[in-house]
Amino acid sequence: MPDQLLFAAEVSINGLMTGVMYALVALGFVLIYKASGIFNYAQGVMALFAAMTLVGIQEGRVPFAHLINSITGAHVSTVGFEIPAILAILLTVAVMVGFAWLVQKVVFKHLVGQEPIILFMATIGLAYFLEGVSDLMWGSEIRTLDVGLPQGINDAIDQGTFNAFGYGFFIDNLDIAAAIIAAILVAVLIAFSQYTKQGRAMRAVADDHQAALSVGISLNYVWVLVWSLAGIVALVAGIMWGSKSGVQFSLSLIALKALPVLMLGGFTSIPGAIVGGLIIGVGEALFEFAVGPLIGGATENWFAYVLALAFLVFRPQGLFGERIIERV
Amino acid sequence: MFYREAGDFKTSYAADSQTFPIAFDRWRYYFVIAAGFGLLPFIINDYWSNAILLPFLIYAIAAIGLNILVGYCGQVSLGTGGFMAVGAYTSYKLMTAFPWLDMVSITILSGVMTAIVGVAFGLPSLRIKGFYLAVATLAAQFFLIWLFNRVPWFFNYSASGQISAPERSLFGQAVTGPAADPSAKYLFCLVFAFALAWLARNLTRGSVGRQWMAIRDMDIAAEIIGVNPLRAKLSAFAVSSFYVGIAGALFFTVYLGAAEPGTAFGIQKSFLVLFMVIIGGLGSIFGSFAGAAFMVLLPVLLTNVLTGAFGWDSALARHFEFVIVGGLIMFFLIVEPHGLARLWALAKEKLRLWPFPH
Amino acid sequence: MLDQTVTADGRTIGGVVMEMRNITLRFGGVIAIKDISFDVREGEIRAIIGPNGAGKSSMLNVMSGFYHPQEGEVWFRGEKRRPMRPYQIARQGIARTFQNIALFDGMSVLDNIMTGRLNHMKSNFLEQAIWWGKAEREEVANRAKAEEVIDFLEIQSIRKTPVGRLPYGLKKRVELARALVAEPKILLLDEPMAGMNVEEKEDMCRFILDVNDEFGTTIVLIEHDMGVVMDLSDRVVVMDYGKKIGDGVPDEVRANQEVIDAYLGVSHD
Repeated sequence: MPDQLLFAAEVSINGLMTGVMYALVALGFVLIYKASGIFNYAQGVMALFAAMTLVGIQEGRVPFAHLINSITGAHVSTVGFEIPAILAILLTVAVMVGFAWLVQKVVFKHLVGQEPIILFMATIGLAYFLEGVSDLMWGSEIRTLDVGLPQGINDAIDQGTFNAFGYGFFIDNLDIAAAIIAAILVAVLIAFSQYTKQGRAMRAVADDHQAALSVGISLNYVWVLVWSLAGIVALVAGIMWGSKSGVQFSLSLIALKALPVLMLGGFTSIPGAIVGGLIIGVGEALFEFAVGPLIGGATENWFAYVLALAFLVFRPQGLFGERIIERV
Repeated sequence: MFYREAGDFKTSYAADSQTFPIAFDRWRYYFVIAAGFGLLPFIINDYWSNAILLPFLIYAIAAIGLNILVGYCGQVSLGTGGFMAVGAYTSYKLMTAFPWLDMVSITILSGVMTAIVGVAFGLPSLRIKGFYLAVATLAAQFFLIWLFNRVPWFFNYSASGQISAPERSLFGQAVTGPAADPSAKYLFCLVFAFALAWLARNLTRGSVGRQWMAIRDMDIAAEIIGVNPLRAKLSAFAVSSFYVGIAGALFFTVYLGAAEPGTAFGIQKSFLVLFMVIIGGLGSIFGSFAGAAFMVLLPVLLTNVLTGAFGWDSALARHFEFVIVGGLIMFFLIVEPHGLARLWALAKEKLRLWPFPH
Repeated sequence: MLDQTVTADGRTIGGVVMEMRNITLRFGGVIAIKDISFDVREGEIRAIIGPNGAGKSSMLNVMSGFYHPQEGEVWFRGEKRRPMRPYQIARQGIARTFQNIALFDGMSVLDNIMTGRLNHMKSNFLEQAIWWGKAEREEVANRAKAEEVIDFLEIQSIRKTPVGRLPYGLKKRVELARALVAEPKILLLDEPMAGMNVEEKEDMCRFILDVNDEFGTTIVLIEHDMGVVMDLSDRVVVMDYGKKIGDGVPDEVRANQEVIDAYLGVSHD
């Protein structure tokens, strides 16, 4: 095989791995949007917050240390011991569930029945709020996250491809782990929504609020549930992304990348989110590889949006959305 | 007591459709205009001009523009920052390429250029609706910022990648550049804000405004009763972008003086202007001013209180600002989703009946 | 026109103004309208009746240009309709109301009615922005026209009320006002009396008759209430399962066996 093609293949595979990340964030969007019609802009910040909380707990930091020190003049920073990764993850899950409950109780319970744009604006407010809280709680420094996932180049693939094509593919073990974990997560989510009582309630609410209410499903409960699930998905995304490039503000920006993914896949389709994520991941990596150097680089800043835009003009309902029949 | 319609009889349809139907409102409005033009320029200083009045006026223009698109025509846009950048870079290119051109023409031409770009990015709105459109406008935001960052022609091949506004005068007074007097800058922006608000008011009360609102409220029905959706949507995009472009041009030439696209016109700016529109009130010119004032004053106030009174360091104060701004936005949406303009209208309603509310 | 007739109550009915020729409309595999032809004559009140799901609303949507039939032709004022967008058809002088009220909820009653005048307002963008001369004159002239209709439909007191706050019956009336103010050649009414109480129905009947009588407007209406239809209309089309099963003056239709079967049900054994 010619070199260029090999490079392109390697770029595609790495793009695929990035796509998995996008898909994970998009998945959180879809969960909430399906069940409540809320377009949750804060999903990315939730990932940031979850990752920050995880690191903070793992390192045994005192939350709001900076604030406490400023007000009381004390000098607290850590509790003095580290907490094992698995326990820290469980604690973070608990925090995310508590956050879900709070969000529903304090904010969205009072916004039921508002126009979608108002709900959307509220989630932007939530994103600002959560970003501020996250910085206040844990500080805004970049942190390294390590929960024991494998890191580094996968030697087997490197060797194998070198023997086959004379060129070794560089694939990060972390990416492979991320893909596997993402696949497991999606499988668990699908099983949950198909085979459990709560899952059925979720699907019922997604289909028709009124009807679900009339057969005795608590909307409040289901919404707390989906916000919790979205929080857990955000945590997983936060762990993956944080292990790869550190926990920092830019993490919340991958949320924006999830938007074109959703446009491609449709706001209500879980398979759509995954396929859309992979298409965008591969597409932007290949475009940057092939065209980027000619026009100044850094095209991954906008390529996903323009691709989604061009695509939508021809298919307004997205890849998996249902055809819209307009009626009066 | 004086706030009454009673006794103030309208004898023509023209009088009935005027901007301030209540006499008291009219007089208060004249008073604000008189103070804005006649009094403030003489007492203004650098701090007031730079920290409060200039950003307020410029953001108010941008907010009116975005309000026309979102509040009147119902097309959500997250590309405001990108369109402001188009205005800024057009004015920069015009200022450097045609040094003899006066600032008023430059600013208006920047608006026209932005309107053209806005229409181009508005074209998909004919096929894409709602959130899909909102996300589609992000394409404009990111693409435009990337363009201004990466194509050296736009920043005249300067080594830093920044653009900076040379000094230009109007009627012998410098309005741009470091030597410009704060009151000259203020007046320059005030004239634009006033004229643009007046034009927006006229557009929104006539048949153009009704077409926009019809599309906003029910686009299919609007088309069936005879609204051309292509014209209505694209004209909203054009007018909106024109305003946003002028705001962008003023933001760069008069307010900042030097700019770098990512920080001055990034996605954060899009959200900031959107917040102004939401907090001020969708579909209200007055609300655009109120929202701009609110979002400009809030950080100033918070910084003064938190770092000034409490003595916190600035990083902590900035984090707190995020919490408060985010919290306030949610609070506002819960309490009054239609913004300050609605609160104001309710207060007026009460005042009209006062002191005999029953 | 050649074939003018005068009705018993003294109205003049002219020649054919709109003609539907062999209209067939399909949604995917479902046939909503199958090979239907009928005409509408100038100045008459033409009713379309039929059981639920007969395709009446679809027919009205074809007439107002919202649906494009797969087969058949629409002739309007002696010309075959080219493929065009709904707003262009509205400009030819076809106005309508909707089965599920389609008013602009964020606007006042007056503004809603003024949207009906859009096609009569010609001032351009700049004239409106400056609000000087033509734009203002035009606004006032059209406002006067809107006020005429407001007086006619007796809704003066709610002129400035936001439409969203109105009760159902009044909304229907505002919708009629919006269609009327456009001074249409043909007025299409989709179930103007659905969900109304007897009093509101009587009011609405009176308005429909007055509109027809005073302005000579041609009216096509869909209605379920047989009593109303038989009283109001000059001629009736009866549809069932997307087919036309009757067409003629009310008495003829009433006597038609197929129509009776469709309405009363018939045993097939």
